[in-house]
Amino acid sequence: MTYVRPKFRHPELQKNKLGYTVDYYEGALSTLCAGCGHDSISAGIIQAAYEMNIEPHKLAKLSGIGCSSKTPAYFLSNSHGFNSVHGRMPSVATGANLANRDLTYFGVSGDGDTASIGMGQFVHVIRRSLNMTYIVMNNGCYGLTKGQDSATADQGSKNKGGNVNLFESIDLASLAIELGATFVAQSFSGDKAQLVPLIKAAMNHPGFAFINVISPCVTFNNNVGSTKSYDYVREHIGATATVDFVPEMQEISIEYGKGTHKNVTMHDGSVIQLHKLAEDWNPLDRQSAMNAVINAKAKNEILTGLLYVNPDAHDLHDIIKTSDRPLNTLTKEELCPGSEMLNEINADLR
Amino acid sequence: MKATDIKNPEYFHKVVDCQHACPAHTPVPEYIRLIAEEKYTEAYMINWDSNVFPGVLGRTCDRPCEPACRRGRIDGKGEEPVAICRLKRVAADNKGDVKGLMPKGPFRPNGKKVALIGAGPASLTVARDLAPLGYEIHLYDEQKLGGGFMRSQIPSFRLPETVLNEEVGYILDLGIHTHFNHYVESLKETLGKDYDAVFVGSGAPKGRDLDIPGRKDGAANIHIGINWLANVAFEHTAKVGKKVIVLGGGNTAMDCCRTARRLGGDEVKVFVRSPFAEMKASPWEKEDAAHEDIPIIDNHVPKSFVVEGGVLKGMTFEKVTAEYDKDGKRKLVPVSGPDIFIEANDVLIAVGQENSFPWIERDLGIEFDKWDMPTVNETTFVSTNPKVFFGGDSAWGPKNVITAVAHGHQAAISIDLMCNGKDLALRLSPYVNLVSQKMGIHEWAYDSEVVSDKRYVVPQADKKLTLTNRKKEVELGFNALAGFKEAERCLNCDIQTVFTTDKCIECDACVDICPTACISFTENADESDLRSMLKMPAKNLTQDLYVSDTLPTKRVMVKDENVCLHCGLCAERCPTSAWDMQKFFYNVTKAHTGCASHK
Repeated sequence: MTYVRPKFRHPELQKNKLGYTVDYYEGALSTLCAGCGHDSISAGIIQAAYEMNIEPHKLAKLSGIGCSSKTPAYFLSNSHGFNSVHGRMPSVATGANLANRDLTYFGVSGDGDTASIGMGQFVHVIRRSLNMTYIVMNNGCYGLTKGQDSATADQGSKNKGGNVNLFESIDLASLAIELGATFVAQSFSGDKAQLVPLIKAAMNHPGFAFINVISPCVTFNNNVGSTKSYDYVREHIGATATVDFVPEMQEISIEYGKGTHKNVTMHDGSVIQLHKLAEDWNPLDRQSAMNAVINAKAKNEILTGLLYVNPDAHDLHDIIKTSDRPLNTLTKEELCPGSEMLNEINADLR
Repeated sequence: MKATDIKNPEYFHKVVDCQHACPAHTPVPEYIRLIAEEKYTEAYMINWDSNVFPGVLGRTCDRPCEPACRRGRIDGKGEEPVAICRLKRVAADNKGDVKGLMPKGPFRPNGKKVALIGAGPASLTVARDLAPLGYEIHLYDEQKLGGGFMRSQIPSFRLPETVLNEEVGYILDLGIHTHFNHYVESLKETLGKDYDAVFVGSGAPKGRDLDIPGRKDGAANIHIGINWLANVAFEHTAKVGKKVIVLGGGNTAMDCCRTARRLGGDEVKVFVRSPFAEMKASPWEKEDAAHEDIPIIDNHVPKSFVVEGGVLKGMTFEKVTAEYDKDGKRKLVPVSGPDIFIEANDVLIAVGQENSFPWIERDLGIEFDKWDMPTVNETTFVSTNPKVFFGGDSAWGPKNVITAVAHGHQAAISIDLMCNGKDLALRLSPYVNLVSQKMGIHEWAYDSEVVSDKRYVVPQADKKLTLTNRKKEVELGFNALAGFKEAERCLNCDIQTVFTTDKCIECDACVDICPTACISFTENADESDLRSMLKMPAKNLTQDLYVSDTLPTKRVMVKDENVCLHCGLCAERCPTSAWDMQKFFYNVTKAHTGCASHK
């Protein structure tokens, strides 16, 4: 019995600006079921981190519990990691981010971890606008406990045992827009051309960035009648726009036809290039984004791509005016400014 | 691109780079796996069936398989090919009883008689393939023993006589009628006897001479390399002068200089016209010469032999430099300065060898071209006389043992077809098999793990011993453990990645897991476009693209065969077994396995 990844990589792999080839961003060999959508998302994250020239030690990956939350073991082995309690990833991410704002925070969660046990945590982390990327690997079922319907399973969707789901599903993307997330996107594990630029743009976003990724569970939810199977998603997928993320200082060379092309310039000069496919949709307008999601749903369509973005987002540190440096870099003098300063503060409070 | 037709055995055959590059198409990965399993006898027999002289070739083969070996391409950081040739020797060194597995006479005579002229590898192969079919084989050679140039030209410190005798013996024991010490002086006379066919495997026996001033006067100490080596092999020559010059840059020159070191040559120097890097000798043979303190001096063109008082004193050389025109054509341009004199007691000329057919009359219907070479059909090896066949060096000039063996197999098939009154163009299809290796989750019938070990070095005997005893073999060969470890380096390229379009759900699992980024799902296009559209551009044009039928998303699966590690992870991670690892066995059909007379 052998299940070992060879050490050899393609001899012509290119190095990124930091001098790393893409394999430097890999993780351990996945133990998820063969064909799991989550593995594709992991591959997308590896690709995005490589293309974004992320220094692995400047990134922290966090997760809760579930199939999805196992995946941080399978990417970015050289980064920090925290596998937290079920549904409690946002709390840990909040604590970590407040202590050290210099890292890129990358949270991975599943539909159970987010839409059921962690729902309270999820909505509050959005409300607080924590600067992080939050990816839900959404397969509509509890794969780790043999495929029971989750809270994101669509009403009427049939599971592997042939039972039809009777309950309304929670639409995480609409919820995130509703709660004020400043970057909301939806994607499909089987479409890396779309997923990778979205992850890159999300990582670069200065506030809370949410990506809901439909990720079929091959073992328990890839049957006929399921609305989260590879076949169903491919037949019903629609997109707001094709998307490309162009980091700062790069010349934009692609020309699109008039009227359909939109560039969103971000806070740091980077650009999200959109080639619009959906009509009457403005990615900078929350209401328009909501409408687009609702319209698509009415047409039985799964709307993917960037849904909403606010380039002028402010994160939790801005809102509560914290230290602009990580706490571990503060010196004793800064932390204990002396009795004179204490007296001044006390005087202010009198 | 059109979907790849994997039903054509040549597609997967090409993926097995080593086997494809081998003139005899020996199933290399199959026998390497058997070596790893300590099944040396079985490994030997796979070789014996295919290349007839595993023990000889495991020491002396030109190894076209090794430059082709995929392992040499997979990291771009100097990863070396598997030591295929020396693994063959491991099988030969450790085998058990093989005689019982070989065809055993007496065979029921089929009433046909075949004469083989020259007892080298080509003729011996024909003999082995035809004898079990009941042919009466008559083997002629001017020497006292069989083996041809394997005996006369390859020194015993590279190939011990015992090994050669054993493998020649296996063939002669099939009931071959030998006519040794018998130089065939006339083909007409041979044809006049009642042979149904004559096979000419007389090699390229004429060493090229060097007609420069002093050649005649110094003749006593100037020798043609191959003749000199033969005289040493048959013990007519036992000594050489202290200072020896060897002229030439091929493997014969290497054998000459190393033999001279053992016969008393203390200062042996090799002089080559061309730059060192362009020498014809195999890199390992150059290394072995260097190891024996033999300098190889390149860019020196011999000008004259210096003879004083009837005694050879040395040679003069002109120093040159290689210049290349825009087509890459080389020109040797003299460097200004006086000619260089090098002292020598003996000179060995190893500047090439030629075919020579003084014994073939030109009125036998055998056509000769302007270079005095016979016209031979490249597939059937028949000459313009339908009863006369050529093979080995005598067909198209000097090559090597493994090529001669490959010729012998094909000529034997032709002879069998001809003797049965069948069309020679009706060549036999190869024996092909393709079987799934899946045994369960994470379980394959082959050892799929790719080890990272560097190529193991074959140990050599102490130089003090080898340089004083001409017959002491230099290479000791891998021991069983080193053989196992080296065998584990083989990537199992014959375990093919077989893709079934209907089963694929396009989940991308194979794309994500493939360590060398071989697999892409993309829109279809012409080959040249497709090659640039893949996850990693497929720049090695000698390696094929494996293209599937159109998938439900209108895309195709494209696999670049170039650096596939055959690790099986694509099949491991495929939820629907659209990918499967299947063992491809391809064996060239020989006269004795798929003979015309049996059908």
